[in-house]
Amino acid sequence: MEQLTYVLKRLFARRIVLIAAVTLLLIVALSIFFPFISSVDPNGISVMERLKAPSAEHWAGTDELGRDLTMRIVWGGRYSIMIGIATALFSVIAGTALGLLAGFFRRLDAPVMRVIDAMMSFPDILLGISLVSILGASLWNVVLALSVVYTPRVARVVRASTLVIRELLFVDAARALGVSTARILYAHILPNLLSPVLVQFTFIFAYAILAEAGLSFLGVGVPPEIPTWGTMIASSLQYADMAFWTIVFPGIAIILTALSLQIVGDGVRDMLDPKLRKSA
Amino acid sequence: MNGEAPPLIEVRGLRKYFGSGNAPIRAVDGVSFAIREGETLGLVGESGSGKSTIGRLLIRLVDPTDGEIRLQGRDIARISQRQMRPLRSRMQIIFQDPYASLNPRMRIRQILGEALDTHGLAKGKARRQARIAELLDLVGLSPEYAERYPHEFSGGQRQRIGVARALAVEPGFIVADEPLSALDVSIQAQVVNLLSDLKERLGLTMLFISHDLDVIEFLCDRVIVLYLGRIMEIAPTGILYRQPRHPYTRALLAASPTPDPTQRPENRPLLAGDIPSPADPPSGCVFRTRCPRAQPACGETIPPLTEVAPDHWNACPRVSEDSGQMTEDGKGGARDDFDTITQGTSS
Ligand SMILES: Nc1ncnc2c1ncn2[C@@H]1O[C@H](COP(=O)(O)OP(=O)(O)O)[C@@H](O)[C@H]1O
Ligand SMILES: [Mg+2]
Repeated sequence: MEQLTYVLKRLFARRIVLIAAVTLLLIVALSIFFPFISSVDPNGISVMERLKAPSAEHWAGTDELGRDLTMRIVWGGRYSIMIGIATALFSVIAGTALGLLAGFFRRLDAPVMRVIDAMMSFPDILLGISLVSILGASLWNVVLALSVVYTPRVARVVRASTLVIRELLFVDAARALGVSTARILYAHILPNLLSPVLVQFTFIFAYAILAEAGLSFLGVGVPPEIPTWGTMIASSLQYADMAFWTIVFPGIAIILTALSLQIVGDGVRDMLDPKLRKSA
Repeated sequence: MNGEAPPLIEVRGLRKYFGSGNAPIRAVDGVSFAIREGETLGLVGESGSGKSTIGRLLIRLVDPTDGEIRLQGRDIARISQRQMRPLRSRMQIIFQDPYASLNPRMRIRQILGEALDTHGLAKGKARRQARIAELLDLVGLSPEYAERYPHEFSGGQRQRIGVARALAVEPGFIVADEPLSALDVSIQAQVVNLLSDLKERLGLTMLFISHDLDVIEFLCDRVIVLYLGRIMEIAPTGILYRQPRHPYTRALLAASPTPDPTQRPENRPLLAGDIPSPADPPSGCVFRTRCPRAQPACGETIPPLTEVAPDHWNACPRVSEDSGQMTEDGKGGARDDFDTITQGTSS
C-alpha cells in the first residue's frame, strides 16, 4: 500500500501525467455512469432533428438519424473503451506468456521469436483487416484480431526484460536455494515485469481504440449498429461536409483518450527502474 | 590448523570454459583443492581470474566443463539439478552486490520465508515467524524489519539480509563471493566481524572470495592464490603472508595497501601490465608475461603445484632457491578486531 502511494506520487510528480490521468478517469467514469443518470435515449431516432448543429439542446449536435451525439459519444465510449481494455488485456496476457518463455528458456527463444518476428513484419492494419475478413466482422472478432496484432509487441518487450531480469543475482540466489523453475518464473521474474507490461497495456489500450476506428472506417470493423467511436465516424462520413460535428466530436473523443493513455504510459515508462528501462 | 579433519569439499581438475568454438573463455582451467570441515578458505586474485566462477561451480550455479566436485566424498559435478535440490540446504552463497541479490518486489519476510519453504523448514505460521525473527536477530537486524522491502535498507543492512537468507537453511558450507566489495569501508568492518562471529558460533565452513588481502588475513585459515583460472599458491594464511613463494603472490602482497607504508619492503615487485585474455592464455605458466623472474623455459610446460613445505603448495619452480629473503616483513599475527586493520587503509 505504501509502495503504491510512493509510486503514484512519483508518477504524478509531472503535472501533464496527472492531467492525462484525470482526463482518462473522467472519460471512463462518464462512459460507465452517464448512461444511467441521463434520460436521453442514445438510440432515439428523430427525423425532425437530423444533422442539427451543436446547440444548448444538443451539445455536440445530432447525427444523420437525429440521435443526440453527446449521448452517443458517451454511450459509444463504453464500447471503444471496452475494446481497448479487452485487446490490451488479451495481448498483455498472451504476449507476457510468450515473451517470458522465450526469454527464460533458451531452447524456446529461437522458435518463438521467429513466429513473433514474422507476425511483426506485417503492417498492423493489414494484419487486422485480413484477420477480421477471415473471422467475420463482430465486436469480439475485432478484439481477437487486434489482440493477435499486438501480442508480438508485448512478447518482444517482455522477452527483452526477462533476459535482463533472469541474470540478476536474486534469481541466482533463488536457484542456489533450490527454488523451482516455476516459482522463479512467477515469484521472481513476473513481478519485476510489472512496469514494462503496464506501459504496454496503456499503449495497446490507445492503439486498439485507434485501430478499431480505422477498421470501422474501412468497413471491416465492428458492425455499424454498435456505436463505437469508430463506427460513428464511419457511418456519418458521407454527411461530413454538411455536418462536420458528426465526425469531429467522436474524433476528439478518440484523440483525447488515446493521447491521455500515451502520456500516462510514458509517465510510467519514465518512472521505471533504469536497469529495466533500457530494455522496455 | 586442523590438518586431520576430512575435507568437506574436494575439487579435482575443475574446469569451466565459457563459450564454444576454438577460443572459449577459460575462466577456470584445471584447479584442485580441498576445503576442510570448519575451515575458512580464502580465494584471492585479480578481477577476472575466475574466483566467482569457482564459487558458483562449487554450489552448481554453473555447470563444470570438466572435473570433480566432491561434497563429503560424493561427486556432485554432474548430478542433475533435481538431484542437487536436497543438497542445496547444505551449501549456500552470499553475493557481492547486495542491491541486486534481493528481489525488490519481495518483503524481507517473503525472502527469508522462501528459503525456509523450499526446504520444508519452520512449518506453521508461528514457528515460521519466530524463525524469521531469529534469523534477523542473528545478523544483527530488528525483527520488525521483516515487513519491509529491500529498498528501505542500506547496503550493509541488505548484505546482512543476504547472510540471513543463506543461513536460513542451516548450511554447513557458505561461499562468500566478495561480500564486502560493494560496501562502504566503514560498513565493511561490521560485516567482516559479523561473518567472523557467525563462523565461530555456527561452525561454518567457508570459501571466502576477496581481493582484499587484509580481510583474507583476518578471516581465513588458508588461502588460494588464483591467476587466470589457475592456482599459483596455496598455504596457511600466516605462512602465505610471511613466506610467499610464488612471484604473483609476492606481487599481490606488495601491491596491497598496508597500515604502515614504511613496512612495505623495497625489494617486492609491483605488478606491471594487464592480465592476459582468458580466451588466449599464455602457454606454460600463465603468469610468465607479467612475471619479473620469467625465463624462456616458463613457456614450455604448465608448472604443477608442488608441496614446498607442509601444507604449502607453490606452482613456480623458479623461486624455491631464494625463498629465504622473503621472510619476516612484519605483517601477520592475530588481530581481535577488524577495525584495527581497516583504519588508515584506503581502498
Ligand atoms: N556467464 C559467463 N559467460 C561468459 N563469460 C563469463 C561468464 N562468467 C564469467 N565469465 C568470464 O570468466 C572469467 C572469470 O570471471 P569471474 O569468475 O567472474 O572472475 P572474478 O570473480 O575473479 O572476477 C572472466 O573473463 C569473465 O569474463
Ligand atoms: Mg567475481
